[in-house]
Amino acid sequence: MSDMTTSTEPTLMRRIWDSNMAYSFRRNPVAVVSLLIFAVIALSAILAPLIAPFDPYDPAQIDIMNSEYPPVWVDGSESQFMLGTDDQGRDLWSTILYGTRLSLLIGLCAVTLQAFLGISIGLIAGYVGGRLDSLLMRLADIQLSFSTLMVAIIFLAITQAMFGSDTFNRFAVYFLIAVIGIAEWPQYARTVRATVLAEKKKEYVDSARVLGFGPMRIMVRHILPNSLSPIFVISTVQVANAIISEASLSFLGLGMPPSQPSLGSLISSGFDYIFSGSWWITAIPGIVLVVLVLVINLLGDWMRDVLNPKLYKG
Amino acid sequence: MSLLSVSDLTVKFAMRDQTVTALHDISFDLAKGERLGIVGESGAGKSITGFSLMNLLSKPGYIDSGKILFEGQDIAGMNDAQMRGIRGNKMAMIFQDPMVTLNPVLTIGQQMVETLQAHRKLSRDEAEQIAIVKLREVYIPSPEERLNQYPHELSGGMRQRIIIAMALLLNPQLIIADEPTTALDVTIQADIMELLLELCQSNKVGLILITHDLGVVSQMTERTLVMYAGRIVEAGRTREIINDPQHPYTQGLINALPQQTLPGHRLKQIPGNMPSLTSIPVGCPFSPRCSYAVDHCRTTRPEPISYGTVRVACHEVNRLHNDTPDQEKQA
Amino acid sequence: MSEAKTNPPLLELRGLEKRFELDKGFLETLRFKGGRITRERRQVHAVNSVSMTAEKGEVLCVVGESGCGKSTVARLVAGLLTPSAGEIHYDGERIDNRTRKAMMPLRSKMQMIFQNPYASLNPRMTIWQSLVEPVRHHNPQMSKGEVRDRVSDVMRSVGVDPSWSKRYPHEFSGGQRQRIAIARALTVDPEFIIADEPISALDVSIQAQVLNLMLEAREERGLTYLFITHDLSVVQHFGTRVAVLYLGAICELADTQTLFSNPKHPYTRALLSAVPQLKDDRPNHIRLKGEIPTPINLPKGCPFHSRCAYARDQCRMEQPKAVHQPDGSLVACHAVEEDWPRD
Repeated sequence: MSDMTTSTEPTLMRRIWDSNMAYSFRRNPVAVVSLLIFAVIALSAILAPLIAPFDPYDPAQIDIMNSEYPPVWVDGSESQFMLGTDDQGRDLWSTILYGTRLSLLIGLCAVTLQAFLGISIGLIAGYVGGRLDSLLMRLADIQLSFSTLMVAIIFLAITQAMFGSDTFNRFAVYFLIAVIGIAEWPQYARTVRATVLAEKKKEYVDSARVLGFGPMRIMVRHILPNSLSPIFVISTVQVANAIISEASLSFLGLGMPPSQPSLGSLISSGFDYIFSGSWWITAIPGIVLVVLVLVINLLGDWMRDVLNPKLYKG
Repeated sequence: MSLLSVSDLTVKFAMRDQTVTALHDISFDLAKGERLGIVGESGAGKSITGFSLMNLLSKPGYIDSGKILFEGQDIAGMNDAQMRGIRGNKMAMIFQDPMVTLNPVLTIGQQMVETLQAHRKLSRDEAEQIAIVKLREVYIPSPEERLNQYPHELSGGMRQRIIIAMALLLNPQLIIADEPTTALDVTIQADIMELLLELCQSNKVGLILITHDLGVVSQMTERTLVMYAGRIVEAGRTREIINDPQHPYTQGLINALPQQTLPGHRLKQIPGNMPSLTSIPVGCPFSPRCSYAVDHCRTTRPEPISYGTVRVACHEVNRLHNDTPDQEKQA
Repeated sequence: MSEAKTNPPLLELRGLEKRFELDKGFLETLRFKGGRITRERRQVHAVNSVSMTAEKGEVLCVVGESGCGKSTVARLVAGLLTPSAGEIHYDGERIDNRTRKAMMPLRSKMQMIFQNPYASLNPRMTIWQSLVEPVRHHNPQMSKGEVRDRVSDVMRSVGVDPSWSKRYPHEFSGGQRQRIAIARALTVDPEFIIADEPISALDVSIQAQVLNLMLEAREERGLTYLFITHDLSVVQHFGTRVAVLYLGAICELADTQTLFSNPKHPYTRALLSAVPQLKDDRPNHIRLKGEIPTPINLPKGCPFHSRCAYARDQCRMEQPKAVHQPDGSLVACHAVEEDWPRD
């Protein structure tokens, strides 16, 4: 749809609202609901210090005597703990808010690291080509042939042994971000390389070369902006994957320590009590995790459908 | 009775927030064995016309109103099952790109036999015999061997010959060729056109040739429709339209060809661009680009009128003609 | 020719060749033949020993069918490809072996216009960004105001409406985009333009607009063009000299007028006759037998011999040399050279 006929420049908001992407979004109830749920989860996670009635990091607010109260709709509950408490007496609602915050933070940072590594390597491999391309891609193949979890487990186990649990626990967030970030860069590198190879053949790249632009400028200014669609799509999926990886590692005891609860470590710590009747410590964070990952994946699916150039014809 | 009679064909496309009209009141007749050219630039609606005639429009396009009578039957109202008896059988279509029209995983022979058996009760051997005869008709050397070859083993020109042979398999009454040679080289294009013309003439097959190339139309057809923005702006005998075009658009199209100007001089260009379907101007669609346009061209849509032996949709055709030096037809 | 010695031609190609490797990796070159593994490389001979010159102010057209290597010639001259053999001289200096940095001063003198207006503009940059970028890059010392003036001047001269500046390429039609692409090439104030099929993706009425624009730019700026096309009617209108390419080799090189009034090479004749003319009322062309052979492992002899009606044994054995004809044209054909009976 061309807006050649409109005489006034439409405002930015108007342009976004009129764009094909916004239109298909409005038409897709699954995407709308997913985004809403994601926004609610993300907002409450970001605003956790304001929303949460307790601070799970403040030992003064934790009383071991309050441990294992069930949620309010179950008999024997305590009305100040809406979702009950965990084994250490922390308010589960507050802990989940803080935990989601940590999980999202690790997920996003890990994906940023993946994206940075993967996009740089993919761009260079695709644009330069030849031997360098073969070398980098074989490296990616080798990396991909180890599963992420395997790499992460080995890496985290060794660091834990090397630094001792105290130091490790202090820097657990950074270790997790680094290990998840480094383990998954080939996903990005491969996708970016494939798009770069396709874009490189287009005449605007030749035109830039004829104008004498350097390879850096052509890669960053010309090719990269045109390779963003697939990057967006895999980013959503990768965020979901990273959150799951973090949860799995924490569940295995290689991630966040119980004193800094993430969704994974909450599920893990509750797991010991699941047969003693305190199912909520595992189940409620589990549901949050599943819903969070599901909506991110649904958004990713929608985005893939919209941005897929084979399905989408402007 | 004419072979094909199209009256007031209107085709619309349902877009996301509006419905646009791609074809407006297209009407023409085609006699048995007649060759008709449909000329226009991209966006004029010529390919959509071809697809509508085969009832091959796919969503979001649909035939809004009008009739397409083929041998007296209305195609526009037919369902897929009824259409299958006509498509390929009595009417065949040749597409632009010979590289994608043939199924790459089936041999030429399989595709031809399949087409024949879908419409006629024939044994495999009989069908192959017919296929060989048809391949020979389009001058394909050693046709028996070609039957076992896959499309990718053949060159573009050879493929387009095979597509023509397939179109002729069931002895159709009408062939619709949509830019059949655009994807081919000049020397190959000339061969294919000559072949197509020869086959149409010897088998008395009607031809609708959709093209942007006036030179091709001139060589191949007896009558021509010139389309602009979904309408027929001029229709008549090819020779007359080429030698003495009436509509300003047709004139512009012919005059814009480099052959019409002395080498090195400025070409006579038509200013502006073809309007997009969503922003067709009121009045005469060509008026913003027309140097003869007057006020009422911009407000009232011209209906086609007979002028001499051609039909022209232009308000100012009389004035236009009087402006030209030889004034034998004073109104 | 003699006075050209003191004043070298603007562009000179000497024995230019380009071969593309079909089998890139070592493993791909291995073939299993007759019970043993042999190593064999297949090459596409895209351009074979092409020599020609373009004087200042000329429009040198290169015509031929798809796969004849005309686009490869354009890309070699533009420095997008490096030749396998031969030399390219621009304004008396050899340019084919320069590094990117050494090419920089030439980049503003030599520009290229591409075939597909839908792909030659960066879809994520506004028209203004696309037009400003080359000026800034080549003139880092220019102030913002000077850049703006330069770009606005070019926009005005090629008919790019200033109100288009903030829009993106997808909002424009093919003709408008090609106009913008031409404007972009002109922003760096070049003297030589390589145009690779600049109008073949456009409609007839739009082709005329773009050709006129290129003619005007030539008159106003004294441009020299290397014009690649398959459309002979455009050549006749626009070109001053024509090189006809077949399978990567020049068949005939002549002044436009000479070529169109008296084509000598059998291929040129066939090509000319194949263009549908308005006055024809039936196809009317010299038929060629067969189709263009692939440029992989070229046959020896004249590249055209497999389709030529006059081919004799000599043509199958020996590649004809380009020979000057009395009227100044250069023809590579045994039949023309030795004046065999034709027609």
